[in-house]
Amino acid sequence: MNKLQINDLHKSYGNHQVLKGVSLQAQAGDVISIIGSSGSGKSTFLRCINLLEQPNAGEILVNGEQLKLRNCPRGGLRAADPRQLQRLRARLSMVFQHFNLWSHMSALDNVMEAPVQVLGINRKEARDKAEHYLNKVGVSHRRDAYPAHMSGGEQQRVAIARALAMEPEVMLFDEPTSALDPELVGEVLKVMQDLASEGRTMVVVTHEMGFAREVSNQLLFLHQGIAEERGHPREVLARPQSERLRQFLAGSLK
Amino acid sequence: MLDYQLIWQNLPLYLNGILLTLKVLLISLACGLTLAIPLALMRVARSCLLRYPAWLYTYVIRGTPMLVQLFLIYYGLAQFEAVRQSVLWPYLSSATFCTCLAFAINTSAYSAELLAGSLRATARGEVEAARAMGMSRLTLYRRILLPSALRRALPQYSNEVLMMLQTTSLASIVTLVDITGAAKTFNARYYLPFEAFITAGLIYLALTFMLVRLFKLAERRWLAYLAPRKH
Repeated sequence: MNKLQINDLHKSYGNHQVLKGVSLQAQAGDVISIIGSSGSGKSTFLRCINLLEQPNAGEILVNGEQLKLRNCPRGGLRAADPRQLQRLRARLSMVFQHFNLWSHMSALDNVMEAPVQVLGINRKEARDKAEHYLNKVGVSHRRDAYPAHMSGGEQQRVAIARALAMEPEVMLFDEPTSALDPELVGEVLKVMQDLASEGRTMVVVTHEMGFAREVSNQLLFLHQGIAEERGHPREVLARPQSERLRQFLAGSLK
Repeated sequence: MLDYQLIWQNLPLYLNGILLTLKVLLISLACGLTLAIPLALMRVARSCLLRYPAWLYTYVIRGTPMLVQLFLIYYGLAQFEAVRQSVLWPYLSSATFCTCLAFAINTSAYSAELLAGSLRATARGEVEAARAMGMSRLTLYRRILLPSALRRALPQYSNEVLMMLQTTSLASIVTLVDITGAAKTFNARYYLPFEAFITAGLIYLALTFMLVRLFKLAERRWLAYLAPRKH
């Protein structure tokens, strides 16, 4: 059974169609990289998976359970059952481009918050778990620091620990290294590589071709809202079939 | 020459005034803030049915002088037979109660507006992260939006509290002997207006100084996350 299955997702803003039917299947341990130039709809696709954006059509299944959607009078699909949405979101934790840590909480509180408030784990257990994951991503020495007092790389690693603490089925990464200084990109990619080698299921929107090639086992190239090419990253990157992917790769230099 | 001796002799008059001022201030601030939180949430709500009543309330209260509101509640309501017959009359005939009520209503409108502004200024990304983690709306407000907005509103709220302290002097107009009321009494007794009111002024200044210190401490405690990094 697929951990995550997206069928024929459509999304438009007014008359502008951003996604024209994109599908994706992730089995346990899959690491799927989504690449494409800006405006290709790759971030929108990721954000539609947990309904941070409302798709106009399509199906979303987490571990075989279909997310119930209904038409919204203002356009787009909304969750028919908010509790189901909350439950499924808790199993698809997300890491954002701009980290989005809760600024009034320390690193440790950021990681403990959702397990306590959403999963209902007791504080003691959540604390042990939070310390474990902060340690795992190498920022346990910063546990009492507030987000504004940490470097971008530290913040993103705390955000990854926060996502891990939910012990999700699938982790969604939305350009996790795009807002980082070049010398900080490596530390975050290293953590993600470790997660991949542990067999975690990940969907990663990225510009890091090295990561896409070396770490992921599936590659999806989006262009103008369509999955232009997909397959094993080494093959797709070595032998691009479409002119657009060739142009994109030529532009990305790596 | 200023007559310190007389002031000194009438210290109990001023001390009781300070106690009354602080009592009125604390009661009205506590009630005002309790009222301001739901009002602020209504102001930022998506539903018009919630948003408009709160908008009208803050608009009307902020659009009329506090003294007019106080007169309406203390003198105006007593004009109606129904009010005088009601179970609330023992309260509404009390100057202290009416003053606290008027002040609480006034500060609730101003506090609600500044809190609503603070709620609107919450980083979108933090709200998205909370939703993406599966938080319900209630949890989102209780754990992320309100704690964060209340903290960020602290510097502005300290300003509101200082304004309220100065405004409590209006209580002396409806017969209460607060700090200003004590000064008026002193002046009526000895006809020394300068001594009477400079003493009152200095007391307000000292109270302001203490409130400012208190809020600085509160900001150090709850706004540490916005302060420059120390280590």
